[in-house]
Amino acid sequence: MTDWFDLMGALVWEPFATFGFMRRALAGCLALSISAAPMGVFLMLRRMSLTGDAMAHGILPGAALGYLFAGLSLGAMTLGGIVAGLVVAVASGLVARHTILREDASLAAFYLLSLSVGVLLVSLKGSNVDLMHVLFGTVLALNDDAVLLLGSTATLTLLGLAVLYRPLVLECLDPGFLRAVSRWSPVAHHGFLVLLVINLVAAFHALGTLMAVGLMVLPATAARFWARDITRLLLVASFIGLSGAIAGLLLSYHADLPTGPVIVLCLGVAMLISMATGPFGLIRSHWPNRSHRQA
Amino acid sequence: MAPPEQVKHVAAPAIGLHNLTLGYERHPAVHHVTAHLPPGSLMAVLGPNGAGKTTLIKALAGLLQPLQGHISGLAGQRVAYLPQRNEIDHSFPITVDDMVAMGLWHEVGAFGGYSPAQLQRCTNALSRVGLNGFGKRTLATLSGGQLQRALFARLMLQDAPVVLLDEPFAGVDTRTTRDLLTLMAHWQQEGRTVLAVLHDLEQARQHFPHAMLLARELVAFGDTAHVLTQTHLSKARRLNEAFDDDAPDCHANLPSTASAHTAHTAHTAHTAHTAHTAHPHRTPAAQARPHPETHLTSPRPGAQAHGR
Repeated sequence: MTDWFDLMGALVWEPFATFGFMRRALAGCLALSISAAPMGVFLMLRRMSLTGDAMAHGILPGAALGYLFAGLSLGAMTLGGIVAGLVVAVASGLVARHTILREDASLAAFYLLSLSVGVLLVSLKGSNVDLMHVLFGTVLALNDDAVLLLGSTATLTLLGLAVLYRPLVLECLDPGFLRAVSRWSPVAHHGFLVLLVINLVAAFHALGTLMAVGLMVLPATAARFWARDITRLLLVASFIGLSGAIAGLLLSYHADLPTGPVIVLCLGVAMLISMATGPFGLIRSHWPNRSHRQA
Repeated sequence: MAPPEQVKHVAAPAIGLHNLTLGYERHPAVHHVTAHLPPGSLMAVLGPNGAGKTTLIKALAGLLQPLQGHISGLAGQRVAYLPQRNEIDHSFPITVDDMVAMGLWHEVGAFGGYSPAQLQRCTNALSRVGLNGFGKRTLATLSGGQLQRALFARLMLQDAPVVLLDEPFAGVDTRTTRDLLTLMAHWQQEGRTVLAVLHDLEQARQHFPHAMLLARELVAFGDTAHVLTQTHLSKARRLNEAFDDDAPDCHANLPSTASAHTAHTAHTAHTAHTAHTAHPHRTPAAQARPHPETHLTSPRPGAQAHGR
């Protein structure tokens, strides 16, 4: 028994107790999974999971411009990313509303445009190392400012979701009803997009543009197999997000692997396991309990 | 269904449609309609597919701006609107209780909590529609008819003086339909104005004192028995013709003459106000304007797709 405790101590406790960068990474992941996972749940319920991915690519040129002017500066890259994300969101929304293009097509067009500009900008000045940094993030190199940014984003997101919760639920469930009883429909939609952009920009510092959506979409899809009402869905998603992030951190530490992809991979595995074994997963639906109730 | 509670009285407004033209991309789906709906009427809105029934209901619900004319009587009034069912995400993970409680939006707003009394009203509403004990189940586990009952419970909680229902009985079995019709009659007794888009003429004749027959233009309006005549029905079918993208602009600002027929045939002018009775100032020349079929317009059967 003592051996087991020692082993777990060495595997789970030691890395965080010994290294400051591991503690900062843990704090960052904690903040991210608390804010990104609920965002992912709403993305999924609004059938916008792929929109999240597209938007994540859309923030690249803003971050790259910030990088071009100020180097690897947290403030400049964050500001640039938020501006670029909002431009892509608003532009594709306007095009979808005023031309014959549908939302998905116009978003795809704008994010590709944005992404190509971003990659071009990064390669203009930086080395390949910098490009890797922007694309894949640096969980283990988060400084205090970055952790503070992630924490503030999480706080803002939770406050925003608390304010928008009821309109947002109704906007997904029955948009016509929401429009009939109140003027909250556009507020819910655009407020949600703003929260999405700032979450993506925050996640981008830790996981990079390519993986930023991972902490949103994967915990939410995994949670769908465990919970049937939205309150539990939000809680389960946050829990899965946090567990996956911690598992990924430790795995990458011990096996000396790049952290971002390992975290996303752990979340992906959690999703696959949930899909197989969750109460609403494959196994239970294909081999159901043969007995049934009378009514 | 639980027995009705004590009948309370709700003051409904008199609704007026004044030379109302509604449509999409300049094509009218509802064309120059003038009618006056007395407060507290239970009215069936009938007509062929693409006749503009849904469009009219949407405009009454405030979701569509008129191309021309206006609607009076609804300013500042709360309107409860039940769209066609396919606009609701049946798979959304929410309990029946939570969905029904959204009907209290006008009391709690976006942030307010529910008081025990309000939660009790939700439970009562569910039992009134015959869904006792379904509160904790999720929407996905409800059948089509049960979902429609739950939506009626939400409508009850909205407690609005005007209730608009768009094809409330599509895909609903006879027993549920009967229960929901009883509920609608009860709403009328409370003084509410209830409008329902229907396709079943027999249902309209049996349960709805008033009816409105649309085929883009108002074909007839008033007592159901006098609206649903063979003449009016075949006229409605005839009017619902193909649309023309190159049709010239419509310059007719006069109310639809179609409803004037009803004024002559209907014997209950005190409840069935028509274009004719409402506009005594109209000149004989105005009434003698061209027949709708020769009157060049750009009708739009596409309203069938839009107007769902």
